[in-house]
Amino acid sequence: MKDVPTINVDRGPIPFSERIYLGPIVKGLAVTLRHFLRNLFGHRDVATIQYPEVKRQYSERLRGRHILTTKEDGSLRCVACFMCETACPADCITIVAEEDPEATVEWEKKAALYEIDLLRCVFCGYCVDACPKEAIIMSRQHEMAFGAREEAVVGIDELRQKGPIEDQDLGYRPYF
Amino acid sequence: MTASSTKSSTQLPDAEALLPADAVISSARAADGHTELTVDRSRLLEVLRTLKERPELDCDLLLDICGVDYPRRDQRFEVVYHIASLARDHRFRVKVPISEDDATVPSAYGIWKAADWFEREAYDLFGITFEGHPNLKRILTHGGFHGHALRKDYDPGQRWLLTEEDSMVPAWATEELTDEDHLESQVLNLGPSHPATHGTLRVVVRLEGETISKAECEIGYLHRCFEKMSETHGWNQVIPYTDRLNYCSSMINGVGYALAVEKMLGVEAPPRAQAVRVILSELSRIMDHAVCLGANLVDLGALTNFWYFFQPREEIYGLLEACAGGRLTVSYARVGGLAHDVPADFEERVRYLLDYIPKFVNDVEKLITTNKIFRDRTEGIGVVSPEDAVAWGWTGPCLRASGVPYDVRKAHPYMGYEQYDFDVPVASTGDTYARYLVRMEEMRQSLRIIRQAIDDLPEGPVITDDHHVALPPKEKVYTEMEALIWHFKLIYEGIHVPKGDAYSFTEGANGELGYYIVSDGSGHPYRLKVRPPCFAIFQAFPHILEGHMVPDAIAILGSLNIIAGELDR
Repeated sequence: MKDVPTINVDRGPIPFSERIYLGPIVKGLAVTLRHFLRNLFGHRDVATIQYPEVKRQYSERLRGRHILTTKEDGSLRCVACFMCETACPADCITIVAEEDPEATVEWEKKAALYEIDLLRCVFCGYCVDACPKEAIIMSRQHEMAFGAREEAVVGIDELRQKGPIEDQDLGYRPYF
Repeated sequence: MTASSTKSSTQLPDAEALLPADAVISSARAADGHTELTVDRSRLLEVLRTLKERPELDCDLLLDICGVDYPRRDQRFEVVYHIASLARDHRFRVKVPISEDDATVPSAYGIWKAADWFEREAYDLFGITFEGHPNLKRILTHGGFHGHALRKDYDPGQRWLLTEEDSMVPAWATEELTDEDHLESQVLNLGPSHPATHGTLRVVVRLEGETISKAECEIGYLHRCFEKMSETHGWNQVIPYTDRLNYCSSMINGVGYALAVEKMLGVEAPPRAQAVRVILSELSRIMDHAVCLGANLVDLGALTNFWYFFQPREEIYGLLEACAGGRLTVSYARVGGLAHDVPADFEERVRYLLDYIPKFVNDVEKLITTNKIFRDRTEGIGVVSPEDAVAWGWTGPCLRASGVPYDVRKAHPYMGYEQYDFDVPVASTGDTYARYLVRMEEMRQSLRIIRQAIDDLPEGPVITDDHHVALPPKEKVYTEMEALIWHFKLIYEGIHVPKGDAYSFTEGANGELGYYIVSDGSGHPYRLKVRPPCFAIFQAFPHILEGHMVPDAIAILGSLNIIAGELDR
């Protein structure tokens, strides 16, 4: 073995000062008392968050529920290229493509069906990384509860961006 | 283990000359630094014994045994042994090809006790029989499981009903005892859902009065076919799955995996990515130790420490979330670097943590380290000698608590660990108290590493610009045709890792976390074997238990830090 710098943490037999309990017990009580008094009077240091009235502030990168972004006219930006479906490690995205009749370019595709099974999803953000159109981004919404398994499979209507982009609780997006 | 063995041999001994004549079919120096030996089954034990016993070779640590399935070869299976010498820093990979009709190899249990569970795993998942193994039965899957899940012809999508029953009671538990000395003897189950098992694992113990006379572990409750699943997923898609191995320090797993693939590709992450990886890995190590110690102490009745440790852990999770977007399952590492750069206030937050964490470590230190009740409760409990620890394949803090100063970060530096100044904590007693002391000191040493890394955090990109490996930046994908093509190719075809195999190992929070990867040149791994550190540690648990009492079993279990996600994969 190479000569590695080691540090020996052995403490040897219990010295007399520790054997009589008293010193360490007083020291220990001082620690707990300090924490108790700080929690009682110094509210700024309290670690407990009064959930659900107060919630933890998450960063702008939090990977929460997905949003399918829209163009100005309200149609989805998604061009059904299947990149997110391919990149998804959990196989939770299902896309069915169709021709977009309103597109200015011929043979332009759009998603006829776009479903995410939120119970399968592992929220890794690979779909956001894979999307070449910035059509799927993530919000910070992470509190999801469903009454039945079927309700967890969400489609275009549930995922579509509602209102202007600034009003969304934006989470993980490209450009980071 | 010190004076006689300091002679570090970068010059590898000519292995073939030292091994029994004609026993080795072929030998080569693999690109990952291992000496690769292909051995015929009939000579295997002879070769393994020579590797261990010959002083020039001195391979005392058996790290991993796994099977690989090559259905198109004449000799369908290959049993792969990874063996290391602690004293001489060299490593061997021994391969034994065997045919499907006669898939048996002699058991190495007589040479290294570490072979116990690794051989059972290869038997379970590949159907390879190890002759002479004392307890060869399935380990990760249920006793009534049909087929062997990691064989290539086993269809993972099939759904069949398991109808066979398995009482899951060891043979010794049903034996009638001759009750001569009027001791009350009974069989007791600890787990699988028991508040002190920290995950789903089951220990069956036989009690003589209050003393445990025999024990057996049962694992596999959290088996999620990680290795099988990675065979159908792209190289980068495996990373979210690695988060779920040791979920207390998920960053370390992802980084270890990325390093393994980078080793095969021959690419290196940029300096900034490496420094950030080091910082976040060390913070994860602190979290892991905090969880281990906090939970261990709470099992022993010292609840306050659990809260004191979880407060800094919460702050570290906050930082990880600000970097990666996820708290527990970070998925931050990528092959070739990191998913994206750290936030602007990263340095500030790391420095805040450097001041914040020691306060709580010191508080726990004051409450526990000199506390006679705790010392009486843990000293001399679960003692493991250095010889036993090495024989069982132990690594990490548990091995260092037994007095062996083996740390991958020092012995085989990776990711620039050689430039950081830190000490390896060791203790000599090998008991539960020693494991507590080693973990406490390791947290301080990790802080030292982080301080050095943040002081000269390099500027620059965080992922390689090789677009065979890493996705091009998004703004280029939106504007440049070539970048868009690379983006499409990488998503649809994945990274093409050259044919071959490599074993890459890093210092996980529990010990040596190894990834043995076989690539066939396609977009996903052909075979991925994880060497989980706590698998080797936990197989010694029933043997440590003998002679202890049930409350001691809880104290020992907590100090070993068994993480079911990593144990069962």
